[in-house]
Amino acid sequence: MRIIGVPRRRVDGRAKVTGQTRFADDVMLPRMVHCKLLRSTLPHARIVRIDVSRARARPGVHLVLTGRDFPISYGILPVSQDEHALAVDRVRFVGDPVAAVIACDELTAFEALDFIDVEYEPLRTYAEPEESLAFPEPRIHDYGDSGNIHKAVSLRFGDVEQAFADADRVFEDTFFYQGNTHLPIEQHAAIAARDPDGKLVLWSSTQTPHYVHRALARALAIPAAQIRVIATPNGGGFGGKSDPFNHEMVVARAALMLDRPVKICLTREEVFYCHRGRHPVLMTFKTGVRLDGTITGMHVKTLLDGGAYGSYGVASTFYTGALQTVTYHIPAYHFEGCRVFTNKPPCGPKRGHGTPQSRFGQEIQLDKIAESLAIDPAVLRLRIVEQPETLTANYLRVGTIGLAECVHRVTRAADWQNKFRKLPHGRGVGIACSSYLSGAGLPIYYNDMPHSGVQLKLDRSGGVTAFCGATEIGQGSDDVLVACVAEILGIEPIDIRAVTGDTDLTPVDLGSYSSRVTLMMGNAAIQAAERARDLLAEAVSKKLSVPRDRLVFADRRVFDTENAGTGVAFSEAVCLAEAMFGTIGSTGSYTPPRSAARFKGGGVGPSPTYSYSAAIVEVDVDPSSGWIQVPRVWIAHDIGRALNPTLVRGQVEGSVYMAIGEALMEEQTFRRLPARLSHALVHKFPSMLEYKSPTTLDMPEVFTELVENPDPRGPFGAKEVGQGPLLPVMPAVANAVYDAIGVRIDEVPITPEKILTALDARAAGKAPRYGPTRFPDVPYPEPLDVPPPWDGGDGKAASLPRRSSQPDRASEGGVRR
Amino acid sequence: MANTNLTFTLNGEATEVAFAPYKTLLEVLREDLNLCGTKHGCELGECGACAVLLDGQPVLSCLVLGVECGGRRVLTVEGLVTDGRLHPLQETFADLGAAQCGYCTPAFLVTAKALLDEHANPTRHQIREALAGCLCRCTGYQQIFEAVEAAIAGPR
Repeated sequence: MRIIGVPRRRVDGRAKVTGQTRFADDVMLPRMVHCKLLRSTLPHARIVRIDVSRARARPGVHLVLTGRDFPISYGILPVSQDEHALAVDRVRFVGDPVAAVIACDELTAFEALDFIDVEYEPLRTYAEPEESLAFPEPRIHDYGDSGNIHKAVSLRFGDVEQAFADADRVFEDTFFYQGNTHLPIEQHAAIAARDPDGKLVLWSSTQTPHYVHRALARALAIPAAQIRVIATPNGGGFGGKSDPFNHEMVVARAALMLDRPVKICLTREEVFYCHRGRHPVLMTFKTGVRLDGTITGMHVKTLLDGGAYGSYGVASTFYTGALQTVTYHIPAYHFEGCRVFTNKPPCGPKRGHGTPQSRFGQEIQLDKIAESLAIDPAVLRLRIVEQPETLTANYLRVGTIGLAECVHRVTRAADWQNKFRKLPHGRGVGIACSSYLSGAGLPIYYNDMPHSGVQLKLDRSGGVTAFCGATEIGQGSDDVLVACVAEILGIEPIDIRAVTGDTDLTPVDLGSYSSRVTLMMGNAAIQAAERARDLLAEAVSKKLSVPRDRLVFADRRVFDTENAGTGVAFSEAVCLAEAMFGTIGSTGSYTPPRSAARFKGGGVGPSPTYSYSAAIVEVDVDPSSGWIQVPRVWIAHDIGRALNPTLVRGQVEGSVYMAIGEALMEEQTFRRLPARLSHALVHKFPSMLEYKSPTTLDMPEVFTELVENPDPRGPFGAKEVGQGPLLPVMPAVANAVYDAIGVRIDEVPITPEKILTALDARAAGKAPRYGPTRFPDVPYPEPLDVPPPWDGGDGKAASLPRRSSQPDRASEGGVRR
Repeated sequence: MANTNLTFTLNGEATEVAFAPYKTLLEVLREDLNLCGTKHGCELGECGACAVLLDGQPVLSCLVLGVECGGRRVLTVEGLVTDGRLHPLQETFADLGAAQCGYCTPAFLVTAKALLDEHANPTRHQIREALAGCLCRCTGYQQIFEAVEAAIAGPR
């Protein structure tokens, strides 16, 4: 390997350090006009009347749009087509777009918003999930399982009650994970125009151009073949740019109506309203264990605060219960999950999508179990690690597992044995583990086509163009694409141009979400490159009279492995092949293996393979102020193989960073305006000053260990790294706080106030913890019983639940039959 | 509103520009001079993405009015390349993973340059303090610190 595995400047590195990367708001077109959105000032209301005539009459205003211009709904999941570009008759949160002004410049558009008259009839505001459960009417949406319950599920794998009866000890704990948001530094922006043929072009900071393409075709009712979506490189995504958004629909419609380019760039405040971030999740874990720590069974209940729209929420709900079994062996498992609508910005997928919340609960509970059984928590985890190449209770097929090695590496690096329960009061260490998908096994909408496609064009110059729909969001997907092709063809990254994220030019890749790009695009790229290599080899073999299987592609040459002097330049190989076959191009594609799950709901969780991480966090807690600092984090990540170790390390450290923010300070929370105002439920602090995120001074020193044990399912053995390493850090912080000062903080963010409250509770002789104490009555459906593999199950449900709901089709992925 | 005229030194070149007088330096750079390397993340002085050097000192260009810059020196990321060669910080940022999405990178680069112009050999803590006004959501900062240190160590 000359390129794979070698730390290397990313292919787009020069553009990024010279300021030449062209983000969406950097696209400037002649005759461009600007769009601003009027957003709802009430959290839940019926729109009685909208009068735009005064705004329309303002000088410089070209167009004013309202919900009447957007009669067709859309949404990322086929089962949740519940959004309109502009509110039709109802607003559902403060910030819900109501009208749009397109004007000669931003200021004129912004000022015209004040001249739109909207009359609202307020409706009951649902601020908390408990309210949504208590009051079915008025409904925030007229779809969903019932009342204001969007989705409620219950999946049971084996006899969990018997497992608890067989256990030596049964632990039951309740946790709360507060919501938080992605906070990409780039605000969402989009610009739409007609191309010279009259067709629509949309440039947008989106992670999922293919899904935006589909949503535009639906919502605007124009043929998809007449729409081109170009995903500009994202200035950070983290899941926050994975939905089709209101502003994309609005500028697209406006550009078609005005026949001139229309741009929008959201303000930072508006980015907080787009949200789609981490769901607040209340959860309980009931876990049966034997005295040696092995788990007999687990029952998990989650309640998700979904906010005002569906977004990815059905998938998010299943994800809160999907991956518990992938880290540790759990012979019997019952998951109940419920997502409710509330009148807040919609929640969706943020890095880790639905799994960090329940991972937080699971890993803290394991820490409690370990202490109770007097087992070192690192040792406990080593005892219960799931076996590689196995099928879990919920029919997830796991591949290689480097988790035990991760635990060994971090405990050694952190000097765990000499620190755990041995540091002075106020200092502590905590450990936690996790796993994550290397790509969702099923697409958002049901289909049998590949998840990723790569096309190569080989030029006579020796230059190669690689086309793929994958989207560069900073993670380095262009670099992975180029590296895989360069390695196979024996040329240098600079010889290859990546053309990505353009629905007119590039074959479909489903998008930069679910940590799917490296594995899926990488495999497609390898296939395409191998096919091109075969064409070249045949032509060179004939020319040199050397058998094909003796030809090597390296150093921009194709040569005889037994006589390196006999060979041709790569460019000449292309010419020979072009003379023999005609224009040289090739394609490659990747489709994930069929899931073993055959039950409804089994579409969320399957992946070609899973990554694993272990983290040890060291904290300093001042017991007098509750102030908490994190000086050091040790993290080991089972990457399979690091294609570019520089970028892999960046993903690990970036994950740790984002996790520290979630653990200690970040929260998307809301408050009521005073009654003398509207009493509306508003975002507490939609600004970067008040929404605290870690600065250079807050960031701990991170010691990263990469565990490389190539997985045959990944390109050159690679697994994911973008999301998994975030997961263990939050619970490791909580476990370290306990080690430091002996109180349990069973929710995030872990703030000084909560630490002091827990210390006060202990001083008053109460339970030394801070966190939720009760879990509401949630009307989960009757469980769908799926016997696990070791009970003779075949992946199908044994019984249909008594209360069946609508078919979910592709939302949770659906099930391939 | 009538445009105002401004003469200043931009990236070492005498520059004249006409713009609406309410515009910030950020807007003048991006909208009137087509220098889009300088980014915005909040336009309220919170994120640091719009940092440029004004007379050699880092400022948030979203908080500086264009009309304040008459006769002064402004350096943006576009001005870091000299004689066709990347600045050492640009080389090390690109090589060592200090730029992921690249959106905050121009601000980190010019801020780090100001630091190195003032201190030949800053400590890790001084680097952290100098860069504390710039937020990065991708990297976790560590590779940025390392890139700054590598630029110090390498040929200047």
